[in-house]
Amino acid sequence: MALDTIALLQKKKQTILETWIKHQLANDALRDELISNEDGRAQSEELLNAFLDKLRTEARGGSAADDSDHVQDILETVTISRARKGYSPRETGVFIFSFKEAILKALSDEIKNEPVILFEESQKISNKIDVLAIESFETFIKSREEVILRQTDEIAEISTPVIRVWEGILALPIIGTLDSSRTQVVMESLLSQIVETGSEIAILDISGVPAVDSLVAQHLMKTVSATRLMGAECIISGVRPEIAQTIVHLGIDLSGIITKSSLASALKYAFSALRLEVKKISKDVKA
Amino acid sequence: MEKIPILKMGPFLLVTIQVDLYDRLALNLESDLIRMVNKMGSRGVLIDISAVNIVDSFMGRILGNIASMSKILDAQTVVVGMQPAVAITLVELGLPLNGVRTALNVEKGMQLLQSMIPPDDGGGDENTEDDTIAD
Repeated sequence: MALDTIALLQKKKQTILETWIKHQLANDALRDELISNEDGRAQSEELLNAFLDKLRTEARGGSAADDSDHVQDILETVTISRARKGYSPRETGVFIFSFKEAILKALSDEIKNEPVILFEESQKISNKIDVLAIESFETFIKSREEVILRQTDEIAEISTPVIRVWEGILALPIIGTLDSSRTQVVMESLLSQIVETGSEIAILDISGVPAVDSLVAQHLMKTVSATRLMGAECIISGVRPEIAQTIVHLGIDLSGIITKSSLASALKYAFSALRLEVKKISKDVKA
Repeated sequence: MEKIPILKMGPFLLVTIQVDLYDRLALNLESDLIRMVNKMGSRGVLIDISAVNIVDSFMGRILGNIASMSKILDAQTVVVGMQPAVAITLVELGLPLNGVRTALNVEKGMQLLQSMIPPDDGGGDENTEDDTIAD
């Protein structure tokens, strides 16, 4: 990159910034509740300065490591804050690509008389910003994944309540997909509750489990076996017709396990196993 | 040599394992218990493992063996008081102990044994008074 081009860009900095911000606003005018115009402006200006610094260092042949890191750092911060605030990838993309547009426009305004130089310089700038764009997308996706991971952890923590429905009967409604780590949490909390309450029957309600594959079935069977080893009985309830179909099609053998279609029927079974009876009180008896 | 006491309670035998079982001890328990079942003509064996915190595949197999052997001698085996961690370990080891009956504690285990064995069919040699096995 020729030094005079950089000087030229430096001179036109304010114009570039204005054009860039105008583009941004034109594109995501509706989302100004996510980030204020002042903040967006400050971010843009900081990035532009860092970018020009980087170009200058590179043109002087200096090691670009420190400065390029600086550009990346700023870009990373901007991207992460955008990802957390719920910007769409398109909006973040617009942020980077309108920057390119603004610079290229300034260049073509200044050196429109020498098309060869204009082409070369544009090509170089374009390449550099494309690299930045790719990096910013990686950061964007990474920080979105972090958000997802954190939410997964939270769900796993809150979604395994063990409910004592009756003396000697525990119920455990499972919501969401069962994977190995989740089964471990479910199993541990269920077993420790069995010891604590001395319950003889545990009802595992899977009406909130979206799909059962062979792995999930295996996890369920493990939980049932562990409960049985503790000396309690485990009933699986809330088996939906689709799940029953899948289980049979997959050839999973659940014959050793008591399964019920609804929590109510599981509870009914539990009552009869504990020799309990639920009766409707008739008015005559009461009077 | 350490020994695990085997207590006779009417038609049943009661074993409480209070120490960590090492292989030799477990093997001795297996043979002592089976001899005792045969000698007393017991109808049920109650093994309390509430104090056992560590279990391995060998230990799991011994429990399974005791159950199968007792079954041949017409005695039911009930394992009671298994710790959650032990239960999880056995399942992960692929030893769900299908032939073994289980209960939450000794009291419930006793009830289970009594419900399984007809009361008139008491079994056991009523004249034998000694509680632990004599060696």
